[in-house]
Amino acid sequence: MRRFRNGAFLALAVLATTIGLACLAAILWTLVSHGFAGLSSQVFTQMTPPPGSRGGLLNAIYGSVVMTLLGILIGSPIGLLAGTYLAEYGRRSPLSTTIRFINDVLLSAPSIIIGLFVYQIVVVRVGHFSALAGAIALAVIAIPVTLRTTEDMLNLVPAGMKDASAALGAYPWRTLISVIYPAARSGIVTGLLLAIARISGETAPLLFTALNNQFWSTDLNAPMANLPVVIFQFALSPYTNWQDLAWAGALIITTTILLLSILARFLLAMLQAQRGGGR
Amino acid sequence: MMPSSKIPKHLKLRPPVPVAQGTAESGAGPAKIEIRSLNFYYGEVRALSDISMTIADRAITAFIGPSGCGKSTLLRVLNRMYALYPHQRAEGEVRIGGEDILSATVDVADLRYRIGMVFQRPTPFPMTVFENVAFGLRLHAVARGAELHHRVEAALREAALWDEVKDMLNKDGRSLSGGQQQRLCIARTIAVNPDVLLLDEPTAALDPISTLRIEETLQALREKFCIVIVTHNLQQAARVSHVTGFMYMGELVEMGLSSAIFTTPKDRRTDDYITGRFG
Ligand SMILES: Nc1ncnc2c1ncn2[C@@H]1O[C@H](COP(=O)(O)OP(=O)(O)OP(=O)(O)O)[C@@H](O)[C@H]1O
Ligand SMILES: [Mg+2]
Repeated sequence: MRRFRNGAFLALAVLATTIGLACLAAILWTLVSHGFAGLSSQVFTQMTPPPGSRGGLLNAIYGSVVMTLLGILIGSPIGLLAGTYLAEYGRRSPLSTTIRFINDVLLSAPSIIIGLFVYQIVVVRVGHFSALAGAIALAVIAIPVTLRTTEDMLNLVPAGMKDASAALGAYPWRTLISVIYPAARSGIVTGLLLAIARISGETAPLLFTALNNQFWSTDLNAPMANLPVVIFQFALSPYTNWQDLAWAGALIITTTILLLSILARFLLAMLQAQRGGGR
Repeated sequence: MMPSSKIPKHLKLRPPVPVAQGTAESGAGPAKIEIRSLNFYYGEVRALSDISMTIADRAITAFIGPSGCGKSTLLRVLNRMYALYPHQRAEGEVRIGGEDILSATVDVADLRYRIGMVFQRPTPFPMTVFENVAFGLRLHAVARGAELHHRVEAALREAALWDEVKDMLNKDGRSLSGGQQQRLCIARTIAVNPDVLLLDEPTAALDPISTLRIEETLQALREKFCIVIVTHNLQQAARVSHVTGFMYMGELVEMGLSSAIFTTPKDRRTDDYITGRFG
């Protein structure tokens, strides 16, 4: 009987895995076959075209890169410092418990809500859509991710290491900068990469904030094109040249996220090898 | 129980240093640490009760006793490590080199710089072998440039590690073997030339060969420092120490020349412990 149950569970697990992998493979296959069809050097050199004429995604790619980087630049220091506070200073203080709770809520909040929030407090107040508002929305999404990974990674640093540093006469801030951060470095960098991967594909928050821009624009105070919104708009359009570009854009985003995730995994593996090394 | 027959020849006690008559507690040099009526509390729990003793300079003093009797706590008082944690407090008088270290005016960073501590688990910092040893020197800006290199090398030699690591000073300290890591930690601690060297079960996590090397290292160092070692290994205490203190349930039961403690203990509980009847 037990053997039967074991067998049944194994079969179910294998089935589920197969279904999952098959879906993933199908998605990737569709993406790659359609995406490559739309991919050409123009994609990287020309602006998004009006319906029916030829063009590329250059302004959207630029906008995505700029807003993602800006989002990380604004969001990660906040996440990093708050995570440091939680792990190193206020482990059990009521403030920390509150921050952790809010962070968990933020972490699982639908990104469209965050888009609406930034729309309300930035776009409505300023009176127009802008790249900066987009970056702020992305930052709000990046904060909880970096905060959580930072706290987790700092908690993994052995207490003995901190004690040893203190025992040499190091003040806490010095221990933090010279010992704890370096010990958690690859973990924190991994968290940053994952945060970048996470926000570089976000559509909903940008829809409400940066919107889109058909033209080349580097003005942070004006609407800015970006891949997710362009994909959203072009894929739903009836024009085949737009649809092709949408596929190409989707392929670009997916590949970027995939590469970032692989890099993050690689860093994590290195981290583990380091930990295990010499013991 | 005195396991002298099992001790390798080169590790036998050096010729006993003259001891002031009547003060069995004193070993080689003059008294370095004087403790009067020390009580220690973890919150409401008293972990040390009314401890008084003197610890001699330029000698190795060992503390033995069953688990939980307060050995680590005693060491953590001597460099005020406990002050890192809330709810832990010490009462009484502890003088090191004449200075009352429990006084609120003591600069703990400076104190810990003078009182080195080595922990049970090796705690190499996430940096190169060289930087590990240079850590304290840089921290207190005592040396740089050629002088820094010189002192790092000297410390590694004193810790009997130089020959093994001289070709890999730029490797990560965490990539060394456990025994090497522990000697690295000793080198790091003695590099700043502390007055006192505290070791809390420094060989508990090590193999017999590494243990022997560290004991040799201690023997060589004892001419320079006041060394206090906590160990569960009675043979180790007998081998390396001049003076041994037996602790039991937060009290110092008996303290005297190791040769006397391990052969003719005065207290019944000491006798029971070293003959293995409890603990
Ligand atoms: N952080 C702490 N909070 C509360 N009580 C503690 C703490 N650390 C130690 N104690 C208690 O203080 C007493 C002495 O502990 P200590 O670590 O000094 O013992 P020890 O002699 O070093 O034991 P071992 O040989 O197991 O290392 C024990 O009863 C222990 O439970
Ligand atoms: Mg202990």
